[in-house]
Amino acid sequence: MAEASLLLCRRLTRRFGGIAALTDLDLEVAAGAIHSIIGPNGAGKTTVFNCITQNLSPTSGEVWFRSERIDGLTPDRVAAAGISRTYQNIRLFRNITAIENLLVGMHLHVHSHWWGAVLGTPHTRREEARAHAEALKLLHFIDLAGRGDLLARNLAYGEQRRLEIGRALATRPKLLLLDEPTAGMNPHETSRMMAFIQRVRAEFDITILLIEHQMRVVMGMSDRVTVLDHGAKIAEGTPAEVQGDPAVIEAYLGVKSAAPAAARDHAASLLGAAASER
Amino acid sequence: MKTLTKAATTGLLFGVGGVYLALVGLLEMMQARPIVFGAVNLGQAVLALLALACGVVAARDAGPAFARAGAGLLGGLVAGALMALLQVIVATVPLQGMFIAASPALRNMLAFGFAPGPGALAMLLGGGIGGLAGAVLAVTLPSLRRAIVAGAAAVVIAGVFQELIQLMMQYEGIIGWIRDFVYTWQGLRPQGAVAIFVIAGGTSLVLSHRSSADHVPSPDERRRRRFISAGVALLVLVLMPLLAGAYIGEVLMLVGLYILMGMGLNLEVGLAGLLDLGFVAFFAVGAYTTALLTSGSSIGLLHLSYWEAMPIAVLISILGGVLFGLPVLGVRGDYLAVATLGLGEIVRIVVLSDFAAPLLGGPQGVLDIPKPSIGSFELGSPVKLFYLTLVCAGVAAFIAWRLENSRLGRAWEALRDDEDVAQALGVNLIRSKLLAYGLGAAFAGLGGSIFATMLGSVYPSSFQLLISINVLALIIVGGMGSLPGVVLGAIALIGLPELLREFGEYRYLFYGAALIVMMRWKPEGLWPSEVRSRELHAAAGEAEPVAAMEPG
Ligand SMILES: Nc1ncnc2c1ncn2[C@@H]1O[C@H](COP(=O)(O)OP(=O)(O)OP(=O)(O)O)[C@@H](O)[C@H]1O
Ligand SMILES: [Mg+2]
Repeated sequence: MAEASLLLCRRLTRRFGGIAALTDLDLEVAAGAIHSIIGPNGAGKTTVFNCITQNLSPTSGEVWFRSERIDGLTPDRVAAAGISRTYQNIRLFRNITAIENLLVGMHLHVHSHWWGAVLGTPHTRREEARAHAEALKLLHFIDLAGRGDLLARNLAYGEQRRLEIGRALATRPKLLLLDEPTAGMNPHETSRMMAFIQRVRAEFDITILLIEHQMRVVMGMSDRVTVLDHGAKIAEGTPAEVQGDPAVIEAYLGVKSAAPAAARDHAASLLGAAASER
Repeated sequence: MKTLTKAATTGLLFGVGGVYLALVGLLEMMQARPIVFGAVNLGQAVLALLALACGVVAARDAGPAFARAGAGLLGGLVAGALMALLQVIVATVPLQGMFIAASPALRNMLAFGFAPGPGALAMLLGGGIGGLAGAVLAVTLPSLRRAIVAGAAAVVIAGVFQELIQLMMQYEGIIGWIRDFVYTWQGLRPQGAVAIFVIAGGTSLVLSHRSSADHVPSPDERRRRRFISAGVALLVLVLMPLLAGAYIGEVLMLVGLYILMGMGLNLEVGLAGLLDLGFVAFFAVGAYTTALLTSGSSIGLLHLSYWEAMPIAVLISILGGVLFGLPVLGVRGDYLAVATLGLGEIVRIVVLSDFAAPLLGGPQGVLDIPKPSIGSFELGSPVKLFYLTLVCAGVAAFIAWRLENSRLGRAWEALRDDEDVAQALGVNLIRSKLLAYGLGAAFAGLGGSIFATMLGSVYPSSFQLLISINVLALIIVGGMGSLPGVVLGAIALIGLPELLREFGEYRYLFYGAALIVMMRWKPEGLWPSEVRSRELHAAAGEAEPVAAMEPG
């Protein structure tokens, strides 16, 4: 495996009964990058995430992470290997507090046994105190200081999104998978989230694989973009390369024949401001 | 118009409820329990409560004060009319062939001792007045309302449990004087009732006045208060059997066993969200292990002493829990309930089977189980065993509390909310689930072990599905995941029905009603588990100051 690539998927395929949600996908994510996956609804983006984290087992194909094969592992082992994710529709532990959500995220890095907790051993107390301090730092980082004792379900939408990212960071991942982190946000909130994601990469020295619907987000911050349609990769490259690709424009318009000029322009503007510069 | 329709429907509903209570025979039975001797009995109190509640509900959202009063009046009148109609029908049509409870005694009660005609009028009027009073009560000052309710509740408790309370007041001097002032040997005196009403109501008034003075208790203060109330409750539990005698001791013993089991099931259901209807199996494993290890009969294996057998019983129960958990690891939600139900039944049927009879004694059970003793002091009576149970329950509560606030407890809570996400964050599902089953089983096994030595014998018929359901019900009523809730639930669902023995056959009617009422109006339970404040309160035993908080 090439040293530079952190994650490598080879001929990854997933079928649901007759539907092929993902067909022979080759994907390589370079260490330290922000790598985006885009594509129309139902293209198979979320399925890629599920197959990487082993929430779904791939029908065939291989997933390599840091030169180790991870397909076939249970999701908790994948998490231990250093991959963590968020979900398209937020999936927090709604009935516990924000800080407890973070503490659950630290599960892998709190080294205590249940009998230690029952006996209240010094080791357990130390571990709890350390986890607590770390959770407070993280809470601060995700801009939720002072909101930590609220039940997760009582947080505002944007706060829930950030908390979910914070919880994923609590597992100390090498690779963070974000599934449409700006879904349902207005332009202002979207900009804040973009800035936040870049801050995450800078501070945690982490690789990010990002699913996005809003082109503005993708084009603005990605190092590399992969475009999926009907479960297959139709284009890949830098944002600029992908934007001009006729296959991509067609996929987004849903027409095979040459599109009318106006529609083409519209698609291009949808794909990003850069397209009009050319 | 809408208000009137709603009030009338409410009255109809409550009227039907009253008719139901009358025809199943509850009212007549309650009539035999005096509250204030020679003046008010429990049956009348329930009728009055129905009318009041009808008024409160009918008047809700009815707008201005006079409209509320009108709605309450109308609701009460409709409900009263239904009851009056029942009384007249019982008087004129021989219904007893169909409804045994439709007796002359019932009619007499519903007519307040009058003839059918005037009796019907009295009931109608009574319903109206009750409804009106309910509506008025609903709009009075909250503090006043609370005081009235507290006073009335205190009188009802003092009256209904008069035997028990009198038993605890068998002293000369000041206590004796108070007893004689409040009670005759048959029940509460009117003067006593008034005194209790005034004292309880007054206390409530003073308390609500003090607490309403713009004073939000600080977390520390709240914690101290909770600590004090828990201490008082414990003291009462410890002293109760000494003061009130063996019968109470037995009842408390049962409550204690259910608390133990409740603590265990609470780990499974309340924390980890694993709905388990086969819980009684672990209770049985604990009981049978103890029985087989200690029994002096031919079936006994090792003839150990109780203290040697108890830890082994707990260990075997844990093992049982893990084995029980294995086949249902991948089963979720409702399916899990059904699967565990089946597993629990399998355990009982295996114990009953001819196949296992040479080892486990079959339907004849295992006899001759010795009592535990400390030195030469034998814990022979239920009261002494109650203290053993209390100590065990205390230890169990401590363990449950520590677990709840640990890494494992958090993993359980995560599992309860979203199993997949918990796993994706690194929680080992198999380990966490098996620990939940194992540790939950440990508590039940301990309860079973005490149960075996308490009875001195075990039979398969003691381990019915109903026990699992009781434990689950007390957790739901007490508040899922809440330790004080377990205690409260056990007292409410196990203790109270024992004390009101004569209503035994209606026990499950109460259960059902209690569960429905709880689910409808207070789904979080009597004493809901609290949201732990962890951001502001350092983790237990944290040594360094919170300066570590700065992002780094
Ligand atoms: N668990 C499942 N069972 C059956 N079909 C599924 C399942 N998950 C996904 N699919 C199907 O696989 C295809 C790809 O779905 P996927 O969720 O990966 O799309 P997506 O690109 O994330 O779309 P969106 O932009 O709407 O989130 C869809 O046709 C979907 O219906
Ligand atoms: Mg998706």
